[in-house]
Amino acid sequence: MTEARDIDILHYCRSQTVRQLMLMVRSPSEVVNPLLFFLLVIVLFPLGLGPDPEQLSVLAPGILWVVALLSNLMICMRLFVDDLEDGSLEQLAMARVPLSIAVLPQLLASWLASGLLLSVVSPLFGLMLGLPLNVAPVLIASLLMGTAIMLLLGAVGAALTVGVQRGGILLALLILPLYVPILIAGTRALNEALQGGDPSIALALLGAGVTGGLVLAPLAIAAGLRVSLEL
Amino acid sequence: MTTALLEARDLSVHKGLRQLLKDVTLCVEPGDLWQLAGGNGIGKTSLLRSFARLASIEVYGDLSRCDDVLYVGHSAALKGAMTPRQNLKYHPSGLCTPTDTEIDEALAAVGLAGYENALTARLSAGQKRRVALARLFLPSGRLWLLDEPFTALDVAGVAVLEQRFTAHAQAGGAVVFTSHQSTDLGDLLSVLDLEQFRGD
Repeated sequence: MTEARDIDILHYCRSQTVRQLMLMVRSPSEVVNPLLFFLLVIVLFPLGLGPDPEQLSVLAPGILWVVALLSNLMICMRLFVDDLEDGSLEQLAMARVPLSIAVLPQLLASWLASGLLLSVVSPLFGLMLGLPLNVAPVLIASLLMGTAIMLLLGAVGAALTVGVQRGGILLALLILPLYVPILIAGTRALNEALQGGDPSIALALLGAGVTGGLVLAPLAIAAGLRVSLEL
Repeated sequence: MTTALLEARDLSVHKGLRQLLKDVTLCVEPGDLWQLAGGNGIGKTSLLRSFARLASIEVYGDLSRCDDVLYVGHSAALKGAMTPRQNLKYHPSGLCTPTDTEIDEALAAVGLAGYENALTARLSAGQKRRVALARLFLPSGRLWLLDEPFTALDVAGVAVLEQRFTAHAQAGGAVVFTSHQSTDLGDLLSVLDLEQFRGD
C-alpha cells in the first residue's frame, strides 16, 4: 500500500473547481437557463410598461436588479440538490479539508457561470431598457459584487434547506429579506450614475458586503450542510 | 506496538426516537477485516456512517479513529455527465491525487479497461459500482468503511474485491464493511453480528 499523500488545500480546491466547471459545461442548461430567464423577463417589461425610453430608463435600475435577484434565486435552489442525492456532499464532508473551504470551489464555479456572465452581458439588457451606455461600468461593477453577495447568502439558505422536500419556497422566504439591502445599494449606485451623482458610496457598501460575505458565509454554509446531512 | 485504527466503546446509535443499537464495542486493528452482519433495518449502515463520523448527532459513546478513512456508501458521488476517469480524478473526497496511469490501472483492475472515456451515465449499475470501487485500487486511506460493497457485482467482481481486501489487510490497512452475503475471505475475516447489540 502506498502511503496516503497529504492533501494540499490549494490543490484540492483547484481540482474541485475543475470538477464543478466540467459539470457545468456538460449540462449547459443550468448555465443558460438563468440567463434566458433574465432575457425573457427584460423583454416583457417594455411590452407591459410601454416603449417610452424616458420612462423605461427611470425604471431600468430597479428592473435589472430585481430580475438579477430572481435569476440568482433560481441558481441557489439548484445549488446542493444533486450533490446531496448522489452522495457528493457526504464525500465532501469526508475530505480532510474543512467543509467551509471545501464548498468554495462550487460557489466559485456557480458565480463564474451565473454572476460573472450576467454582469458582462448586462449592458446589453440595459440598452433594451433605454439605459445609456455610459452607466455600463457602474452596472457591471455593481452586478459583479451584488451577484457574489447574493450567491453567498443564497448558498447559506440552500445549505439549510437542501434536505427539505420542495424547499424552494422556504429558501425564498429565508433569503429574500436578506437580499433587500443588496437591492437597495445596487439600485442606488445605478440611480446615482444615471443622475450624474457619485455612485462610489453604494459601490463601496457592496464591496464591503462581498468581503464580509466571503469571510462569514462559508462558515454558515458548512454549518447548514452539517445540519442537512445530520452530521 | 500497533495502534487501533478504530475504537468504539459502548456506542449507541439512534434513528429518530428509536434506539437501533446499544453498547457496541469494536476495536479495529491494522490487518483486520470486519463484516457487520445482521438483518435488514438493524442498523448496519447507521453504524458504519457513525464510524465515518457522518451521523454524530444520533450517536452516543466513545469513538476514536484514524483520520485516513475512505468511505464508500450506497450513493457513490459519481456524476453521470463525467467519465469514470474524471470521476476518480476529481473525486470530492480528495483523499488522494491520483495520476492518470494510476487511474487507468485502477479501472483496469475492476474490469473497466476500455470504458475510461465512456459517460458514467451510460454504464450499467454493476459497472457504476465498479467505478466507485476503483477508488480502492488507488492510493487510498488506511481504514476502509464500505457499505454493501458487493451489491450489484458479478462473481468475478466479488472475487477481485475479496483479493483486494486481503491485500489491503496484509499491507497494514483495515476494512469494515456491511454485507448480507457470506464471503470467501478465510481466516482474516471477523464477523460482528449486530443482533447482540439490538437496542430497546
